[in-house]
Amino acid sequence: MNQLATFYERMFFIRRFEETLLDLFSLGKLVGTTHTYIGQEANAVGLIDHLDPEVDTVFSNHRCHGHYLAFTDDAFGLLCEVMGKAPGVCGGKGGSQHLCKGNFYSNGVLGSIVPVATGIALAEKRKGTGAVSTVFLGDGTLGEGVTYESLNIASLWRLPVLFVVENNYYAQSTPVELELAGSIAARGAAFGIETDELDTTDVELIREAAGRALGHVRATGAPCFLVLNTYRFSPHSKSDDQRDPAEIEQRRARDPLLVAGARLDDDERVAIETRCEERLAETVEAADAAPAAAPGVAA
Amino acid sequence: MTTTAQPRRGVQALNEALHAIFASRDDVVLLGEDVLDPYGGAFKVTQGLSDAYPDRVLTTPISEASLFGVAAGMALRGQRPILEIMFGDFVALGLDQIVNGISKFREMYDDQVTVPLVVRAPMGARRGYGPTHSQSLEKLLLGIPNICVVACSECHDLGALLTAAVEDERPVFFIENKLLYGRPNRRPEDGHIGELAVRESGDPYPALIFSATDFTEGTATVVTYGGMLPIVLDAVTELILEHEIFCDVVALSQLAPMELDSVLESVARTGAVVTAEEGTLTGGFGAEVAARVQNAAWSDLRAPVRRVAARDGIIPSARSLEDDMLPSVEDVVTAVMALDGVAR
Repeated sequence: MNQLATFYERMFFIRRFEETLLDLFSLGKLVGTTHTYIGQEANAVGLIDHLDPEVDTVFSNHRCHGHYLAFTDDAFGLLCEVMGKAPGVCGGKGGSQHLCKGNFYSNGVLGSIVPVATGIALAEKRKGTGAVSTVFLGDGTLGEGVTYESLNIASLWRLPVLFVVENNYYAQSTPVELELAGSIAARGAAFGIETDELDTTDVELIREAAGRALGHVRATGAPCFLVLNTYRFSPHSKSDDQRDPAEIEQRRARDPLLVAGARLDDDERVAIETRCEERLAETVEAADAAPAAAPGVAA
Repeated sequence: MTTTAQPRRGVQALNEALHAIFASRDDVVLLGEDVLDPYGGAFKVTQGLSDAYPDRVLTTPISEASLFGVAAGMALRGQRPILEIMFGDFVALGLDQIVNGISKFREMYDDQVTVPLVVRAPMGARRGYGPTHSQSLEKLLLGIPNICVVACSECHDLGALLTAAVEDERPVFFIENKLLYGRPNRRPEDGHIGELAVRESGDPYPALIFSATDFTEGTATVVTYGGMLPIVLDAVTELILEHEIFCDVVALSQLAPMELDSVLESVARTGAVVTAEEGTLTGGFGAEVAARVQNAAWSDLRAPVRRVAARDGIIPSARSLEDDMLPSVEDVVTAVMALDGVAR
């Protein structure tokens, strides 16, 4: 299968996985909350294609399912985790926002993850593993002060961190113009960090830019700051969306699935989609049948 | 090496321990503000370390909120970071990392990771540093599950405690009362410190149990830790000499998870408890000890537990005001005398 078809399959699966979570909420099979990645799939898929899950690390945020699936391909572990089932990747203790598997981590407090990812890079540099520590931020995270402390430390100590800012123009319900002053890219540059910015949902362009950024980190050992302007079609979490429907509709013309799908033969595209639907149905069935997480028995 | 009989000062004991730890494990890294030689840290605990291990001692920006996270990231990836916080008061800047990361990663990731880091935090007053550089904030940490809080006193084996903290798979908050840096690290000799018999109990962070009657009888058990120990020992001596009242003293080093076996054993003899801490009174160490002792040993108690602590307020800068705010020898004496059945 060619690369674009592979990317399309990964993106389509993430899309359908997230839509399925929202359906499962409606059916009462999920409780708590979730933050879906619908519309931003090209970022995770294009970028993470460059990472080696055996070596490199990813620290993600509350909106972590797309990153997790692109890095681990562990749909069953994730769905069980979100559903509170025993085979969940964290045994049901973490839930949607607090995932860990191998070299993948996520946590639910904005900004908190940035210094931890910086410390991971410091450890890997000391160990000489050649790993890059990628951390996913959003425009909302730029309101948290520890982000800037970490940019300073990563630049000062030349740590192999890739800071990825997925700017989806909203911090929960608050539009970016009410939460952010100045330029996003200039924030990285101000700390002497190599910075790049894209405004696209084209997975192939994102892959190229991510390749340049990661190449810079790997070649120099110094951090990079990559701004990916994007958009989420889904609400912040489940049904909390007061955005103008016309605005969302306008952005749908740039749906990363449309952009990539248009470059595939219809037969190939449909075959991919069918395969994803089947895999997803099997995953949901298996997760639904799995036992609920049970409290440990005291020793 | 000292050539006199005078024991090492606390700062020397901790410094020697750091050198020994660095020599024995190359995965240990120390981070902190102003820790490089020749300065060697604000309280000189890291003196000589960066000269000996230049790649493993990192002087940092003034970024405590992030440094807790940086240390956590290192620990997640198999390193053993020691984070020196210049004044324990600044632990407040790291509380998000402590509460939402460091203490949670292991359990919320279903035991897939450990976070073996050590935070060294100088706490305590009586040096005139004022409201934001003198506090004993241990109680902020005592209520956080899944971390270990260790407080050393001048009678504990400081080096052994610090070494155990570095070997611990749990995150350890290592509280160093500032006064112990300059005071002799007095260790038991032939089972005694001064006139008091001493036992050590608990591993790897033992409690010290002091008795004036060779553990045969006593009027009350004074439970304390850290910088309050010398004050409590002075109070106990005064009670013996001036009132012929004999108390046990239990100086804990492991404050959390709280384990009170040594306290309960003493209470079975004495039947009464006074707690003594340098932090402010409300919601503190003494409250937790009181609740636990009353649950576990109600039938042994003949009097309500009494607490000695700082007043609920700020620690003023002027020494005269500071003294008025902090718990004193007299406060401990008074608390013991006020127990039911003590005053005659």
